[in-house]
Amino acid sequence: MDLKEIENQIEHLRNQLAGLDENDVKMQKLRQNLAKAIDEMKAEVYQNLDAYDKVYLARHPKRPNTKFYIEQLFDDFLAFHGDRLYGDDDAIIGGVAMLGDLPVTVIGHVKGTTLDENVKSNFGMPHPEGYRKAIRLALQAEKFGRPIVTFVDTPGAYPGVGAEERGQAEAIARCLMIFMGLKVPVITVVIGEGGSGGALAISGGNHLIMLEHSVYSVLSPEGFASILYKDATRAKEAAGIMKLTADDLLGFGIIDEIIKEPLSGAHEDPEWLIPALKEALTSRLSELMKLSAVEVTEQRYQKFQKMGGLKR
Amino acid sequence: MLDFFKNRKKQLKDFQGVVRSRQVEEKEIDVPDGLFEVCPKCDVHLLREDLAIGSFVCSACQHHFRMTASARLASLIDTGRFEEMDADLVSFDPLEMPGYSEKLAQLQARGLKEAVRCGIGDISGFTYAIAVMDSHFLMGSMGTVVGEKLVNLIERATDERLPLLIFATSGGARMQEGILSLMQMAKTTAAIKKHQDAGLLYICVLTSPTYGGVSASFATVADIIIAEPEALIGFAGPRVIKQTIKQVLPKGFQSAEFLLEKGFVDMIVPRVELVKTIRRLSKMHRVGGSK
Ligand SMILES: [Zn+2]
Repeated sequence: MDLKEIENQIEHLRNQLAGLDENDVKMQKLRQNLAKAIDEMKAEVYQNLDAYDKVYLARHPKRPNTKFYIEQLFDDFLAFHGDRLYGDDDAIIGGVAMLGDLPVTVIGHVKGTTLDENVKSNFGMPHPEGYRKAIRLALQAEKFGRPIVTFVDTPGAYPGVGAEERGQAEAIARCLMIFMGLKVPVITVVIGEGGSGGALAISGGNHLIMLEHSVYSVLSPEGFASILYKDATRAKEAAGIMKLTADDLLGFGIIDEIIKEPLSGAHEDPEWLIPALKEALTSRLSELMKLSAVEVTEQRYQKFQKMGGLKR
Repeated sequence: MLDFFKNRKKQLKDFQGVVRSRQVEEKEIDVPDGLFEVCPKCDVHLLREDLAIGSFVCSACQHHFRMTASARLASLIDTGRFEEMDADLVSFDPLEMPGYSEKLAQLQARGLKEAVRCGIGDISGFTYAIAVMDSHFLMGSMGTVVGEKLVNLIERATDERLPLLIFATSGGARMQEGILSLMQMAKTTAAIKKHQDAGLLYICVLTSPTYGGVSASFATVADIIIAEPEALIGFAGPRVIKQTIKQVLPKGFQSAEFLLEKGFVDMIVPRVELVKTIRRLSKMHRVGGSK
């Protein structure tokens, strides 16, 4: 049974529980049993999530998105628009926010919560304009000595004709290169799906955080399955061998920190992890801001050079 | 005009064939045992020997065949002037991906170590840090070894103040090494950034095909970007785009000529004129060497 079916079952049990008359003493026992059954089911299921369950949770339609985290973590936020070259890409949001009394530049992928929003933000799949907006805002942050926080949540770059015509490859490459050389600290938080180059482009952090049930991979499990097994429906199997969970990435030394989520995923209680995430951002940034510009760049450089390194 | 369509169709078929062969089983390495090779574009039979002498360009239609890294180096480098780096660096299997170790062993048994060869070499007396990717090794995909070899080369170029010349060809990130492959994009691009900041010259030659993790990292941030005629270059592969948009792709889509028109390459240089072009660029940038 997949996680979606289990979620539906739990939901069904909850509805049953809610339907029972609280004042009926005869139902007391039944209510207790139902509540216990729900808790036990949750505990068993969510403590034994496999990689594909995490992919499901990372893509969950109710999963909190970048806009939610911006709202929750920061005291003020002004969004800036446009790449000054061609257009504005709603798949990437950017601007300046106040983390307590510290101004930070924020850049993140946007997945919508409604179909309209999703269409507008292209389901979080950026076009070249998105990366070029990110470049513009990152360089602006550097100019004003502001640290940067990026939120990653994308299935990947958009495979379309316009995106190719306007140099998607170059846009990602340059964004990556600019981030690699930034003289201000960058913290990256993977909040949902970290998909391929589209995710990596804004993931050049001095410190990389993943939420517990987020995933980060070179391509989607479906894409991987269609290459490896020539069958996209074997995504679950593919996810199992791809090593895309937060634990996997921590093991590889790619990320530095995992922020815990509520038992059945961040959407269960979206505000639950905010204090821990805010504390992580605040304390990591205050450490990183003690470094000189040269040290910040070098720390990031060495961090990435170690990834998959064979000799270092 | 009819020819143009035919060629495009053929090229696309070619590329899709390569993508497909990467999905199934890597194609057997073409050991040149036959005397002739058939040009995929014009169907003319070409003597292998003539092909090699002519830099693997069809004498009838100028189709540019894919070159192995060794053949490319031989066609570029002044005799005896190549000091190879990390020649024996081979990939391990960090994700323990089914079938991957066996695949690597098979290729290595055929004498192919990895998808890139790097070193310091002279071209017409001008000294460059040179990397040549090889689509005959797992489609030139970039995994940990390709990333590491490139970074070692680029860092040495920065230290010794050498210009950098990279011949790119790749299907993208090496999916068998998963997320670690993706990170090689960041690694190589970070090293390029240092080389750039040191005020040093970086020339990249895009050859067919250059896609995905390579086109979206070090290959497209060079000072000067040269493409070979009709080379296929893009981020997403044509098959994926077609599946997504459910439309026919525009004619010439993702060809070198298309990229030139869209402003993403500086020039298209036929292979036979490449050394001459590098020589001219070297003079213009006061590249050092014995010359
Ligand atoms: Zn021909």
